[in-house]
Amino acid sequence: MTSFTPLSAAIGGGLIGLAVALLMLLNGRIAGISGIAGGLLSFRRREWRWQIAFLIGLVAAPLLLHAAGYGLPHPAMPASWAVIVIGGLLVGFGTGWSGGCTSGHGLCGMARLSPRSIAATLIFMVTAMIVVFLARHVLGAAL
Amino acid sequence: MKTILAALACGLIFGAGLVISGMTETQKIHGFLDIFGAWDPSLLVVMAAAVVVTFFGYMLARRQRAPLFAARALWPTRTEIDLPLVGGAVLFGVGWGLIGFCPGPAIVDLATGAPAVIAFVAAMAIGMIAQNRIRGRQRSLNREAALEAGGD
Repeated sequence: MTSFTPLSAAIGGGLIGLAVALLMLLNGRIAGISGIAGGLLSFRRREWRWQIAFLIGLVAAPLLLHAAGYGLPHPAMPASWAVIVIGGLLVGFGTGWSGGCTSGHGLCGMARLSPRSIAATLIFMVTAMIVVFLARHVLGAAL
Repeated sequence: MKTILAALACGLIFGAGLVISGMTETQKIHGFLDIFGAWDPSLLVVMAAAVVVTFFGYMLARRQRAPLFAARALWPTRTEIDLPLVGGAVLFGVGWGLIGFCPGPAIVDLATGAPAVIAFVAAMAIGMIAQNRIRGRQRSLNREAALEAGGD
């Protein structure tokens, strides 16, 4: 159970938006994480250098914040190994198939007011809410 | 070189935003998705703030003749709401709901070195590669069919 943290959410969200805007203003690219990771994993694009650099930045961020006295993330993952692997496969395959994730559709696409991205965002959010509802409140599983 | 450094900086800022907003904690994501439990709307605030900043940033970008460090900007052009979009979003939603990870936070959390995070990201990469393969095969099948039909 977590509590509502509007201030840190707004500050963090603002930073995310800044990064998304800068990547377009400087490099002319969409900051969709599944697009960047999937592009890198297609092993044939010429874009791999900046894509690797972006992903290195993502992983380095918590380490730099940690060096500055910030706590490291501590994601709770009570699911079994099988469920973790199935979840990872679904997230990778699904975001590739629909052409975006929470950042590509949810941020970049919504900010462009793209009906395609708005539809995708509504669908993955409602689906995830149904899954959490079924798992927690019907099956009584720990998530 | 400039595009690489710019991408590194953007990755750092993006990752810092995810950590500061708490979106790197799967329990925070589940708190948002669990609308029938003790609902935590923080994710909505994160998205709203990020979308607003992006909206104005993109407005500036549309006015640029070219991005600062690149020959041209690659804006998405697809508009169709089709089976891949819907089916992919449903599959993604199931995975997101099960674990509480979407691609960005999962990659940021690799920094924790937790085996569960590494397993999730490895499986996610396999899912992406599998999808890339299927799409590539589909594309060449479509090309063959077009050739057989005498199209171009």
